[in-house]
Amino acid sequence: MYRVRLWSVRRARGMNAFYRGFEAMLARLHPLFEALGYERIERPVAVVEHAVKGLLFDCRMCGQCILSSSGMSCPMNCPKSLRNGPCGGVRANGNCEVNEDMRCVWVEAYQGSVRIPGGVEAMSKVQLAVDQRQQGRSSWLRVAREKAEEKAAARAGGAPQAPA
Amino acid sequence: MKFDDEPIVPGYPLPILPGHTSPGRFERVLRAGSFAITTELAPPDSADPEDVYKRARVFDGYVDAINATDGSGANCHMSSIAVCALLTRIGYAPIMQISCRDRNRIAIQGDILGGAAMGVCNMLCLTGDGVQAGDHPQAKPVFDLDCVSLLEIARNLRDEHRFQSGRKITYAPRVFLGAAENPSGLPHVWRAQRLAKKVTAGAQFIQTQYCYDLPLLRTFMRHVEDLGLIGKIFILAGVGPLRSAKTAEWMRKHVPGMHVPDSIIARIQGAADQAREGRNICVELIQQMREIPGISGAHVMAYRQEESVAEIVDRSGVLQGRAPWYPGRDTPPASQRTA
Repeated sequence: MYRVRLWSVRRARGMNAFYRGFEAMLARLHPLFEALGYERIERPVAVVEHAVKGLLFDCRMCGQCILSSSGMSCPMNCPKSLRNGPCGGVRANGNCEVNEDMRCVWVEAYQGSVRIPGGVEAMSKVQLAVDQRQQGRSSWLRVAREKAEEKAAARAGGAPQAPA
Repeated sequence: MKFDDEPIVPGYPLPILPGHTSPGRFERVLRAGSFAITTELAPPDSADPEDVYKRARVFDGYVDAINATDGSGANCHMSSIAVCALLTRIGYAPIMQISCRDRNRIAIQGDILGGAAMGVCNMLCLTGDGVQAGDHPQAKPVFDLDCVSLLEIARNLRDEHRFQSGRKITYAPRVFLGAAENPSGLPHVWRAQRLAKKVTAGAQFIQTQYCYDLPLLRTFMRHVEDLGLIGKIFILAGVGPLRSAKTAEWMRKHVPGMHVPDSIIARIQGAADQAREGRNICVELIQQMREIPGISGAHVMAYRQEESVAEIVDRSGVLQGRAPWYPGRDTPPASQRTA
């Protein structure tokens, strides 16, 4: 919902803080997810994720969530699916070039990023091309698995790894 | 400017100089420190190659490179890659615009290789206008990539010799990569950061949207300087003649991201010959842009007034007597030939 989406961006700081905690919990749940089987729980988790993030952010389930790097404004709502900042066509009132009744997703993202500590730096990081195969899949499970793998690699490597 | 290694056969590539990524003249002019002039060729709604050559000839002697637009404004025209291929055949230096609106990464990467194989040395990576802006609003917008992820992919093709999939290519495209930026776009404070992002992803030159608001451009350039980007990127500021106050009003309203200050419109409105005043403003803007630290050239966009580009560039004096190469420049007229 458009209004809720704007509301969420205004609360970007709190949303981001909550997500940080949630992400840590996801990483800790990795053994449980593994025991249940990531592929087996993929669909039910994706349904829940879509329901929650769909309500709060108009999430489009790209499967590679970058909300923390976009001030809690979902970039997949941009009619051009831009993931690296606003295009040159933003209207003078801050609305979208394509859909003139909608706020530019990235003008909102900047306002949200300013509220998140380190948010503007995060927004300035280059986002690589999206993997269209992840469409509809759970970002949460992906994060849980990736965090666990990073930790395991750090332990196995012995040598100091780049901090996650 | 004449290079001593200028090939005799038009369209034959120049050698790649140390520190350059392309064999193109455009990169050479910029790296030599000359104030560069680029312009835009509106691709014809026709399959006749002569229509392309006719449109290119009006710029002869006044521009260093010609942008071939890729369905600009989401309107259908001859493709950018075909216009470029025609231009390179006779030695012109085109800048191939690549928009993410109409093609996915498979098609685009193929075009980068194909364009380079046909002698295209410069490629401009763009997101592209939305389909609603053009003559086919019923079309499917693709946007598989955005301009930044496209830059990164193009750079990897050139420097890592790899497709986005990781698969190796045998001969890399030797290209000079560019991107666009809109200094008057929102959010103003973040525009320079966005440019920094493009530089990180691989942009070597930038062509900007029309800049009629010089204070805004200066502020933007200060931000660019604060980010330590001066010297890392060649920035060509966008300008163009406004034909009349009415056209200016229309463009401000309908061209995405275009900002024209009221003072400019008032000045044109008050002139007896509005089109001439529009060109005067353009000449003055180029001269003033040249004085801004970090601006390496001007991108003169004169849609449907292409014939005015030569006059504008000439009157601005920024070429300082330099005559950019064009087919036939160095061939003496038949009457003066000895043999």
